[in-house]
Amino acid sequence: MKVSLFITCLSDMFFTDVGKNTVEILERAGCEVDFPASQTCCGQPAFNSGYLKEAKQSMKQMMRSFRDSEYVVGPSGSCVGMLKEYPKIFAGDSEWEEAAKDLADKSYEITQFLVDVLGITDVGSTFKGRVTYHPSCHMTRILGVKDQPRTLLQHVKGVELIELPVAEDCCGFGGTFAVKNADISREMVKEKSRHVSETGADYLVGGDMGCLMNIGGRMRREGKQVEVVHITEILNTH
Amino acid sequence: MSVKIGEAPYKERITKGIENDFMREAVSSAQGRFRAGRLTRAEELGNWEDWRQLGEEIRTHTLENIDFYLQQLSDAVSEKGGNVYFAETAEDANHYIQNVVKKKNAKKVVKAKSMVTEEIGLNDAIKDLGVEVVESDLGEWILQLDEEAPSHIVTPALHKNKKQIRETFTKKRGYDQSDDPEELAAFARKELRKDFLAADVGITGCNFAIAESGAITLVTNEGNAEMVTTLPDTVVTVMGMERIVPTWEEMEVLVSLLTRSAVGQKLTSYITAYGGARLEDEIDGPDDYHLVIVDNGRSKILGTEFQAALHCIRCASCINVCPVYRHVGGHAYNSIYPGPIGAVITPLLDGYDDHQELPYASTLCGACTEACPVKIPLHEMLIRHRQILVERENKAPMSEKILMNGFAKWSSSPAAYKISTKLARPALTPWIKDKDRIENGPGPLKGWTDVRDFPAPSKKSFRAWFKERESDSHEHSK
Ligand code: SF4
Repeated sequence: MKVSLFITCLSDMFFTDVGKNTVEILERAGCEVDFPASQTCCGQPAFNSGYLKEAKQSMKQMMRSFRDSEYVVGPSGSCVGMLKEYPKIFAGDSEWEEAAKDLADKSYEITQFLVDVLGITDVGSTFKGRVTYHPSCHMTRILGVKDQPRTLLQHVKGVELIELPVAEDCCGFGGTFAVKNADISREMVKEKSRHVSETGADYLVGGDMGCLMNIGGRMRREGKQVEVVHITEILNTH
Repeated sequence: MSVKIGEAPYKERITKGIENDFMREAVSSAQGRFRAGRLTRAEELGNWEDWRQLGEEIRTHTLENIDFYLQQLSDAVSEKGGNVYFAETAEDANHYIQNVVKKKNAKKVVKAKSMVTEEIGLNDAIKDLGVEVVESDLGEWILQLDEEAPSHIVTPALHKNKKQIRETFTKKRGYDQSDDPEELAAFARKELRKDFLAADVGITGCNFAIAESGAITLVTNEGNAEMVTTLPDTVVTVMGMERIVPTWEEMEVLVSLLTRSAVGQKLTSYITAYGGARLEDEIDGPDDYHLVIVDNGRSKILGTEFQAALHCIRCASCINVCPVYRHVGGHAYNSIYPGPIGAVITPLLDGYDDHQELPYASTLCGACTEACPVKIPLHEMLIRHRQILVERENKAPMSEKILMNGFAKWSSSPAAYKISTKLARPALTPWIKDKDRIENGPGPLKGWTDVRDFPAPSKKSFRAWFKERESDSHEHSK
């Protein structure tokens, strides 16, 4: 099966390992992975800030990049969730409407792709540690991916999965919100950090680097030892 | 009061909210209770998603045919001997009600909880006549004694704890018992009873007006609406024009959604239904009955992309699940409608000028949209507000516009993007600590690093790694 990786601009520049792990997991699952190098950003920073015109420019670039792909898979619920909104955004635009629908239909978040498309629940990895999982808001509420990450984690040998209290609560990231409303964001991430500590877990796992760099950055500032990892790292450890 | 409740600037309100430990504790524990209750009740009902779907359909249908249903309602009320008045503005509504009160020569008006009367500032209008107004809902009564605005649309005094309530009662009404909620409530009931008996006019809001029959239904937990509508011989209902359902059948669905969503009850303790004046062959009902239907900016929303905001049944679910609300409290929104629904409708009802920060007071986490029993896409509407603020209202800061313009150029040009993946790390090097993090970021990063660390860009981008890997494997296969 041919899969095009949608790396997301954040992981491209900041969290290279997320991309490497994703590629390796997919290859081990028998996929042939390519990387359309003209891809950039899904447009979400502009779209969520109300800059529709600007957002559409990056969205068009993404549609051009993945035009020939069979499947598009990315390691972020939020960014893939953004691709899924393209048809709504380009509705009525005769030039792009089709492409928007095409891209949305063939795009998947990595855990969603593994479980729903490939039918894999056990990737055969081993990871020793007490782990708690933060379900990011866009992954669960916009993309609707709720069980897949947990299912995969439960099958990893050595993982002890501990429930995060009020896990569904937002971590306070919200893109530009974290800067524009830094005070409120701080209170939210403090609360999330407290909940993570309450679990006693050694690792906080998630499927969105945006949220993880928020929570991780806060916990580091608070001098906490919990390690923050993207789910692909656990799924690619042997 | 009006939609807007004060003059303090946004930042100040946020800080005040965050620093108010009592309020945050009270709000957070109430949210915890409401949330758990809502989930259990929804589960009991079984197919919750089907119910929401039905709720959405009912509201969509009603709003799409609102002219028809308002006419039907008006005819039904008139037939029952009631007077119906369509008020285009808050002033019109207040003026009409003032006349009712004057004609009656009233000394005292008693009210049941109503958000729309807060919205139009009715209490002040009545007080201007030298007439006393008493709020009979416990929460509203507490706020009235304290001269405070509500901070929540269902439980208006949510931000107060029982100690503070005891203090208020002691200071304002000479209360000398404990802060046991039962005792506090019993005291309030005793005090209010005198007001009920002495009131000349009763005023209520409306949860759902039944178009077909002209009945007004109220959902309360204290039964005070019962008293307000039966004891005085002049009764006035004030309703927002969208608070209407075709028949009892739809009302039943919406009440189920409302009570389960609001406080996690199967039903509230009281559902009061009344309407019209006492006709000759009837033994009860007021001598004089008025229904005031308030527009106050609502019809401007009809037919726009925000029409679904009028589907709101004021259950406060979106508020109860909102993490921003939890940390800043209701007053920070500076609107009688706080939380996500407040952030959506306040700028619609009262303009963007005084409320331009509200659409940004959200992480767009979507918890509100998920909780809303009539499926209003709240967080999407917040994005739409942001678009309007940027494009039409021209309220975005210049620095942001420049940034976003740069974003568009960067993200639509693979070449520019690629260069940035190489330059990100060198550009930030002066601020990088321990090779992997930034504690004091420059420019826009500062807001971030004031609160938490920022990661340093990777030495090598993913795309560079992938390219190398590809050429390696080509080498191998040669
Ligand atoms: S917007 Fe929805 S959840 Fe919020 S108060 Fe209205 S009906 Fe309830």
